[in-house]
Amino acid sequence: MTFEEIIEHLQAQFPTEKFEIIADAKQPYIILQADALVGVCSFLHTDPKLYFDHLACITGVDNDVEAGTIDVIYHFTSIALGHTFIIKLVVSRVLEKNPTVPTLTTIWKGADWHERELFDFYGVKFSDHPDLRRILLPANWEGHPMRKDYTEQEYYHGIKVKY
Amino acid sequence: MKSIMDMQFEKGGVIVTKVDDLINWARLSSMWPLGFGLACCAIEMMGSYTTGYDLERFGIIPRSSPRQADVMIVAGTVTFKMADRVKRLYEQMSEPRYVVSMGSCSNCGGPYWEHGYHVVKGVDRIIPVDVYVPGCPPRPEALIGGLLKIQEIIRGESLMAPTALKKLKAKKTEKVS
Repeated sequence: MTFEEIIEHLQAQFPTEKFEIIADAKQPYIILQADALVGVCSFLHTDPKLYFDHLACITGVDNDVEAGTIDVIYHFTSIALGHTFIIKLVVSRVLEKNPTVPTLTTIWKGADWHERELFDFYGVKFSDHPDLRRILLPANWEGHPMRKDYTEQEYYHGIKVKY
Repeated sequence: MKSIMDMQFEKGGVIVTKVDDLINWARLSSMWPLGFGLACCAIEMMGSYTTGYDLERFGIIPRSSPRQADVMIVAGTVTFKMADRVKRLYEQMSEPRYVVSMGSCSNCGGPYWEHGYHVVKGVDRIIPVDVYVPGCPPRPEALIGGLLKIQEIIRGESLMAPTALKKLKAKKTEKVS
């Protein structure tokens, strides 16, 4: 299915949902509200016409302090039907407000490590994630290094961090 | 010093040599490194072990336990997560022990020196280093050169008159006088 066909199919299923459609991008995508994510994704996963059996990756983009948002971008692939789809969430980069992003581990098991990586590098918190720990950095690391306002700690276990 | 194997022994099986020379010759001919690698330098290190470069001709055989190892080749990028482990492995090696820092990352942070928040800017910040091998990554010839430097260090050592003991004694007499 093409991007337009997938959108049409989604809108028929979710008539009350507002999809912000960005079709003129190199890779067309839609922007969703975080609370609609699980419903739409589970439809993407189970519907026989869509059948997105693979969550390829989750990307984070920090839009800097002024914008105050972080983009969470999901890439889906249907290995069986050979089409792809992209959903983008725009969430607040303030840590306290973050646990608004629902986990997708209930639909795709592979989301587990993707979400842990996003938590590790951007500090995005996923609600109901079964095991939300850092995945690459040590557990007692301070801060989330892919954030634009990140400054590394001065010492780690007594070792100077800066050159 | 001429190698023992190069000397001709005319009668019986008696060799006369200095204990230091004999022990040093034995030690520098069996430098067993700890078999571990951290990044792409480890590939060059593995290349050095293969038949082409044949580290075994120097008696250099990788050991899988720090307890049996004499030399640690830090081959690759030392991250902060790995730093604790590298230090722990070093502490588990029995003395005398030597460290070869292989490649730019382990020498000084390499390409990660400015923006690599996760990289230790030189393994000498956690353990003492005897020989630095420059390169990114260094060719096997360079690593062999570094290991020959370690051999040189060992050749100059004396177990019969340890310098550390001498320094300690000098300190004591200094205090008395």
